[in-house]
Order: sequence, then structure tokens, then C-alpha cells
Amino acid sequence: MPQVIGIPKEIFPGEKRVAIAPDVVQKLVGLGFSVQVEKGAGDAADIYDDALTAAGATIADSAAAIWSTSDIVFKVRAPTDGEVAQMKEGQALISFIWPAQNPELMEKLKEKKVTVLAMDAVPRLLSRAQKMDALTSQAGVTGYRAVIEAANAFGRYFAGQITAAGKIPPAQVFIAGAGVAGLAAIGTAAGLGAIVRANDTRAEVADQVKSLGGEFVKVDYDEEGSGGGGYAKVMSEGFQAAQREMYAKQAKDSDIIITTALIPGKPAPKLITADMVKSMKPGSVIVDLAAEQGGNCELTVPGEAVVRHGVTIVGYTDLHSRLAKQSSTLYATNLLRLTEELCKAKDGQIVVNMDDDAIRGFTVVKDGEITWPAPPLKLPAPPAAKPAAATPAAAAPAPKKSSGHGHGAPSEPMALKTLLIAFGIGALLFLLVGAYAPPAFLGHFTVFVLAIFVGYMVVWNVTPALHTPLMSVTNAISSIIAIGALIQIWPPGSPDRPNTWILIIAFVGLTLTTINMFGGFAVTRRMLAMFQK
Amino acid sequence: MSSSIVTVAYIGATILFILSLGGLSNPETAKRGNWYGIVGMAIAVIATVFGWRVFGNGEIPIVVGAGFVFILLAMVIGGAVGLYAARTVQMTQMPELVAIMHSLVGFAACAIGFASYIDTSTVFATHAEHTIHLVEIYVGILIGAVTFTGSVIAFGKLSGRIDGKPLLLPARHWINLAGLILVIIFGKFFLGAETIAGGMFPLIVMTLISLAFGVHMVMAIGGADMPVVISMLNSYSGWAAAATGFMLSNDLLIVVGALVGSSGAILSYIMCRAMNRNFISVIAGGFGTTATSSSSAAAAPAGDVKSISAAETADMLSEAKSVIIVPGYGMAVAQAQHAVFEMTKLLRDKGVNVRFGIHPVAGRMPGHMNVLLAEAKVPYDIVCEMDELNDDFPATDVAMVIGANDIVNPAAQDDPGSPIAGMPVLEVWKAKHSIVMKRSMASGYAGIDNPLFYKDNNLMLFGDAKKMLDEVVATLKAK
Repeated sequence: MPQVIGIPKEIFPGEKRVAIAPDVVQKLVGLGFSVQVEKGAGDAADIYDDALTAAGATIADSAAAIWSTSDIVFKVRAPTDGEVAQMKEGQALISFIWPAQNPELMEKLKEKKVTVLAMDAVPRLLSRAQKMDALTSQAGVTGYRAVIEAANAFGRYFAGQITAAGKIPPAQVFIAGAGVAGLAAIGTAAGLGAIVRANDTRAEVADQVKSLGGEFVKVDYDEEGSGGGGYAKVMSEGFQAAQREMYAKQAKDSDIIITTALIPGKPAPKLITADMVKSMKPGSVIVDLAAEQGGNCELTVPGEAVVRHGVTIVGYTDLHSRLAKQSSTLYATNLLRLTEELCKAKDGQIVVNMDDDAIRGFTVVKDGEITWPAPPLKLPAPPAAKPAAATPAAAAPAPKKSSGHGHGAPSEPMALKTLLIAFGIGALLFLLVGAYAPPAFLGHFTVFVLAIFVGYMVVWNVTPALHTPLMSVTNAISSIIAIGALIQIWPPGSPDRPNTWILIIAFVGLTLTTINMFGGFAVTRRMLAMFQK
Repeated sequence: MSSSIVTVAYIGATILFILSLGGLSNPETAKRGNWYGIVGMAIAVIATVFGWRVFGNGEIPIVVGAGFVFILLAMVIGGAVGLYAARTVQMTQMPELVAIMHSLVGFAACAIGFASYIDTSTVFATHAEHTIHLVEIYVGILIGAVTFTGSVIAFGKLSGRIDGKPLLLPARHWINLAGLILVIIFGKFFLGAETIAGGMFPLIVMTLISLAFGVHMVMAIGGADMPVVISMLNSYSGWAAAATGFMLSNDLLIVVGALVGSSGAILSYIMCRAMNRNFISVIAGGFGTTATSSSSAAAAPAGDVKSISAAETADMLSEAKSVIIVPGYGMAVAQAQHAVFEMTKLLRDKGVNVRFGIHPVAGRMPGHMNVLLAEAKVPYDIVCEMDELNDDFPATDVAMVIGANDIVNPAAQDDPGSPIAGMPVLEVWKAKHSIVMKRSMASGYAGIDNPLFYKDNNLMLFGDAKKMLDEVVATLKAK
């Protein structure tokens, strides 16, 4: 018996999106599910019932019918109290939830003994989860729409032109925050021909900004702003002062400012003060994408476009709905990808496998148990900015694993069996040596064994790029064997020693090792001189 | 210098050598590491030449009289030859140079072993100590001899004086085993010999067997396995020095020999892992047998090969957003590294993201490609290891393979019957397009066909790597 996926109409005021698209219906049916959609659910997003039925969905007359007969419910916005009341035990709900901000909703869902997967709880560190990352797909839509809104309110062209009617300078666009929305805005604005500058507290996004045709503006203060999971964190006081200065300067120069700065679970940082707005040219536009969280601009009025000091400040909170078909299609595709992960057998039954890192991350309520937040993923940290590597003071490079990842994970433990065999053989050998060797030999033997271990420890983390220089330097060092020749060449005394023979042999030996000694060090020096950043 | 001062000088030298190896693990500290090594070596040599040692109840100088003259003479000759070789060697010939230098260490170990044996001045307190001394000489000469001939053969193969194909005698494992048994039997004769003249015969026989074994071992290894051989010989030369240290009761030699020996062994282990070969079977010698086993048996991949001209290559590269270049031994042979860099520079100026993907065993010695690219002044931060960028190929527009074959062979992943099955490879075929620069359709050192050439998204640029790259560069410049 295939499970039924139900999609009710969104009832949040002003919400035009819907959690389905015709293509997605087709694929869900292909996975073995049957799909039912509330009558007229997608009308506001130009996704009409005809198209959905043509793709294989059935149309239900009311929301109540959806909630009572579906095994799985797809939604965009978190359910209202009225919607939760209609849920039935064992049902699965997939939608935005924001568990941190909505603890009461979580309690109610728990009481209903349902399973809830929150699209906002996507484990972003997992590259496999990218295709299910609705935050990203929706943020991309807002970034694009923000530029369109700005262009709408702005009285000039974006692209500079030289026409018979005079020269038109290009619009100067400044984007605060280069997250997904910010990057989408950069790309869109640059595509329209504007000169785009952008800033972010995370220095590593500079390349991404450049790749989309923007210029990265740095805050003149040294601090790394990555707060883990691809989000920014709150910065220090000194940094904020330097940042304000930079924003003030940008406000003066820019025609359009788009702010996208959000810190999860906190009110949006106030980046643009009333004074900065005053300093802007009349006719300029600010689009504040953080309006719902209080806004990045002090003068933002959430949900409205207002004019202050001659500057239009757009604080719409429904940018998704202003591009409803696009955002619905993307969101529905994210849902489809998640469903594919949940239904690997393609038999029309979802399995919420809590051992799967991706699924585990999404699941916030499982059969009436709150499972949010998910335990942190055990993933290798992305190679952070490498601040230590740049300072030459790091004379002991051994613990720096990041430079040694060429040979797999050095910490990778040896198989227990191999380890036991190695220890067994080692113990046997040592026992033999201890039983038969004279004390003088044992002294040398100790030194020998310890030196092997030192060599192992020191060399293990060498970067593959330096394998050749390392070999030539060890080769040069192995000409320490010259000491042997030096000792033999002409010692005092010993009349019955065949001096001539020894002298000849030692002399030849010494000459050859010296070739090695001088040649080895010199060639290493020559090679190392070539390595440059 | 009293014997105590010599001892502390040795400790100081040891520490400097350890710092030297440690410094060499990172490009930032590598130059300093080399200097540590030079200073350590100077301290060790000076302390030995001018030092004293304990003898009986008193102390005697280590070298006296005319000895200084001979030492000076030997060091001037050796130093001059060494410095000349280091200055004139081309970076593409580094593997040969390193191989021949290993042979010198091996030879010296043999020489010192013989000298120590005929030296009657050493006095032993007990019979056991004397026996141990003899065993040390025997083992020292054995390792030295194997290192010597092994390195000479490796040199010959690398410089093309000897055919790179593995020479596989019938029943070669039995030959090696017989050699080992003979060495043990003659070792018994050697220990039982009453006089030095009596012991000399078994010693010389053993040396000859060891020399033959060294030849046989490296002859049996195919050219593609050379990185492992070179680092293995590096390791052997270290063990030879350590054995000499035991022979002469010199802790400095023991420590440094062990350091070099273990670091060489680790390098070979890393190389083996990169080629998915068993470490133990390599250390024992006589590997690389799979190379010829099934070149005909492997089903020839069907399909057409599409070729491309240098001008078209330039077009593709300049239109790409991201390019990964995979160099191999062919780049070294054609001396094309400078042309590669020029192309890289032009592409980077156009805003193309160019990176290099280096397979751990690309070339003929560990890190060979890195050295060549460094010589051509390619900045080392765009030279990436295989693991760093293997996942990036699907997002890459053009993967350009220059003179590499086996390290980009998809058969290693797809065909469990392939001789290189399981060997980690650079997944160039996952890029949107791959361009392979090659002189002909000939197979690589592993002797197997490469299905990559027949893939739909693959294009072949036939010709000498340097000439073709020069043409690409010229086209790029003209744009």
C-alpha cells in the first residue's frame, strides 16, 4: 500500500508559495507514492490544479481531507495551531519549523506523536545534503528579488551607457553580507551592469564574491568571523567600530544598498544607522532582507517600503512570495530530494533512518520524541584560513596535520590484528637480543631503536611536495658514514695493522662519501630555492 | 678535543639532523632544515677529525700525522665533484642523481666493512663481543653491497642506459632464496675462520652474492615502480650507515643511519599506498611482477579516439573557468615544465582557475613533479595533492593530462581484473572535458591500455608535449 503525500494550501497571510510542482509530482509518483493536493493550493504561485493532475496528482476538496488522509504532509510554513490540531498520530510532516524559535510548537507536535522533518535543520556541513538545502534555494530567490525590487524603486539604469543624450554612470551597489542571498544579489546586480561591492565578516567568501563579478570590501581589522556551519558569528567591539566606519563610507558612495546580515537565533545586527541613510544621495534605495528579524537598517519598517530622507527603504518580508512560482518549484525539488533519501527502496514507503547523518539532521520530532538538536557531525573541519602556517615561527611542524593530508589520515589506526602481530614479533626479537647480546651492544641497540622511532615521528607528516628534497637531504645526511672512514684512515699506533690497505680503502670511501655529502646538500639547497608561493 | 667533547658534539650533530628532517616536512621551514643538516655534518666531521677517543685507560687522537693530508685531499676531490654535479644536474635528472648518490653510500659501507675486518687494532674483551663485531661487519657489507649495485641499476634504468622493462628470470624467487641460504652458510664459515686470511674468502663470496642480488632485485622492477625503488634504496643506504655504526661502536652513525633508514622506509610505505602495493613485498624486493601479467588479456576498450589540435586546445582552455593540469613523467621527458608554466600564467591572467593535480607516484621519484613545477616557478599553493582535488573534477571544465597515463586510468576503479586495480587514480574523466597530451597511443609503464582515451568527453592532443604546449602558448598569446 503506497503512502499518500498530501499538500495543503498555505494559510499564512500573504504566503503565495506551495510545497509542490508538477515535475515533482511525477517523480514522487515514480517513487511509488500517491500525491494529493488541496484544491487551488498552488493558484497563487501559478501552479494550477490541471497541471498537477496531469502529472499524476489527485485533488482533494479541503485541507481537512488532506490532513486526515495523508501519511506524509509537505508544507512551506510551520503549521499553525489549527493545523497541528488536525494532525494524526504517526503522520510525517516536512516543512520549515524553526525549532529554536518555536518551542511551543515543538511541544504540541510531540504531544501529537508525529514525525517532523524540519527543512531549516538541514545539516549544511554535509555535502550530500546540499540538494535538500531549502534555506539556500529560498535565499537565492530573495537575493535575486531584492535586486529587482531595488531596480524598481531606483530611478536610473543599472548599467553605465554613453548615448547621444549624454553619459549615464553605472549604479553603485553595495551588498552587506555575502551569504547565499547576498551572492545571488551580487550576481544579479552585476548581470544588470551595476558596479557591485560586497562585504562579509567571513574573509573566505572574498573569492566567491569576486567569482560573481563583485568586488570584496575588507573591514580594516583582523578577526575571523566564521561561526561554524557556514554562518557568521557576533564580532568584537573593535571590529564593529571598524565595520561601522566602512559602512558609513559605502553609504555615501552607493546608490543601492542590499543588506542580508543575519545571525541565527539573534536579532539582525544594525549595520546602517539613520545618519548613514541621511548621508546617501536622494533617490537611493536600501533593500533590507533582514527586515523580519528587525532589519539591518535602523529605519526599516518590516513589510513595507518607506521613504526616509529621500531614500527608499524596502523592508518587504515576503520576497519569496513575490517570486512564488520559482521559489515553490525550488522548494518542491528540495522536498523531492529529501524524499528520495527517505525512500531509497523506491517502494512508496518512507523510512526515517536515524543512522543516516543527513536524515538525522533534518528530523526534529520522531514518533512523539523531540530529537532536536541533532548531535554535531563528526566531520573534518574545513581547512581554516591557515593563520598559523603563514608565520615562519612554527619551527615544529610535526603536529600540523593539515599539511600532511597527502597520505590519507595519519591518525588512521592500524588494524588490531596487524598491531598485535607487530608487537608480538617485536617482543620476541627484543627478548632474543636481551638474552644473548653483551651489555656494550645493548647500549647501541637502545640508541638504534629510539632513533628509528624519532625518524618515523619526524618524517610522517612531510608534505608530498617535499618528498624529493627530503630524500636528497636524507641522502646527504647518510654520508655521515664518512665518520667511519675518518676513524680508519690514520689512527695512531698499532704496528701490525695493514695500514696501507686500510688507508687506500678508507681514502676511496671518504672521497666517494664526500661527493655525496657536498652534492646532496648543494642540490637540496638548489631545489628548495625554487619553491615559492 | 677530549673524548667527552667529541661525544657532546655528536649529540649536537644528532639534534641538528633531527631538526633538519623535521624542517624538511614543510616548505616554510625547509631551507632552514637544510642548513641544520649542513651545520650538523660539519660539526660531526670536525669533531671526528680533531677529536680524541678513549683507548685503554687513556685517550688517543682519532687521526694523526699524514692522515690530515689524506682527509683534506679526499674531501677536496669529493667536494669538488659533488658540488659540480649538484650545479650542473638538470631538475629532470634528479632521480638519476639521487640513485647514483645512494650507490656511493652503499659502496662506502662495503669499503669501511672490509677495512674494519682487516684492522687488527680493535681489542675485544670477550669472545661474544668479537663474534658480534664479525656479524656486524658481515651484515654491514651485505646491506652496503645490495645498496650499491641496486642503486647503480636504478641509475641505469632511470637514465635510459638499461631497458626500463622488468627483467624476470624464471624461478627468480628460488634464485633469491638460494642466495640467502648461501649467504647464511658462508656466514657460518666466516665466523668460524681462525685468521683474517681464512675469513676473507667467505666474506668475498658473500659480497659477490649480495652484489648480484642487488642487480637482480632492481632489474626485476618496472619503470613505473621507480618512486618506490628510489625511496627504498634511500632507506637501505640509511641501514648501511647504521650497520657501520654498530661495526665501529659509533652511536652517531647508528642514530643517523636509523633516522635515514626509517624515513626512507616511511616514504616507500607512502609510495606503496599510493600504488596500492603491499609494503612487505616491496621491502623484500622482487615486486612489480603484475606489470606484464595481462597486457594482452585485458579486453581492449572499444570506441573511437577523438583528436584535437593545439589551437583548439588553446580555445578550450581559455573558455574554461577552471582547469586542472595533471602532469606525469612525459612532462619531465619533454622538459615541458617551463611551457606548462607559461601556459598557466596566461590562463591565470585571463581569470581561469588553474590548478595542478599531483599523483603521489607521478614521475620517477617521490615528489618529482613538485620539484619540476617549482623549477618552472609555479607557485606551490596551486599545486595540489591527489586527495585535495580529486573531488573537484566534476566541477572542472577541462582536465589536461600532460604525459601521464597509468595515474589517470579509470580501469583502476572500474576493472577488477586490471593489473592496477585498486590503485588510487586522479579521476580526470569526471571533468567536463579531458585533454590528454601524448606522443602516441602507446601504453604506460604498467603496459595496459587506458579506457580514458576512448571516453566521449576525452580528446587527444598527439605530439611532443613541449612542442604542443609551445603552440598552445603561442595561440593563447595571439588572442
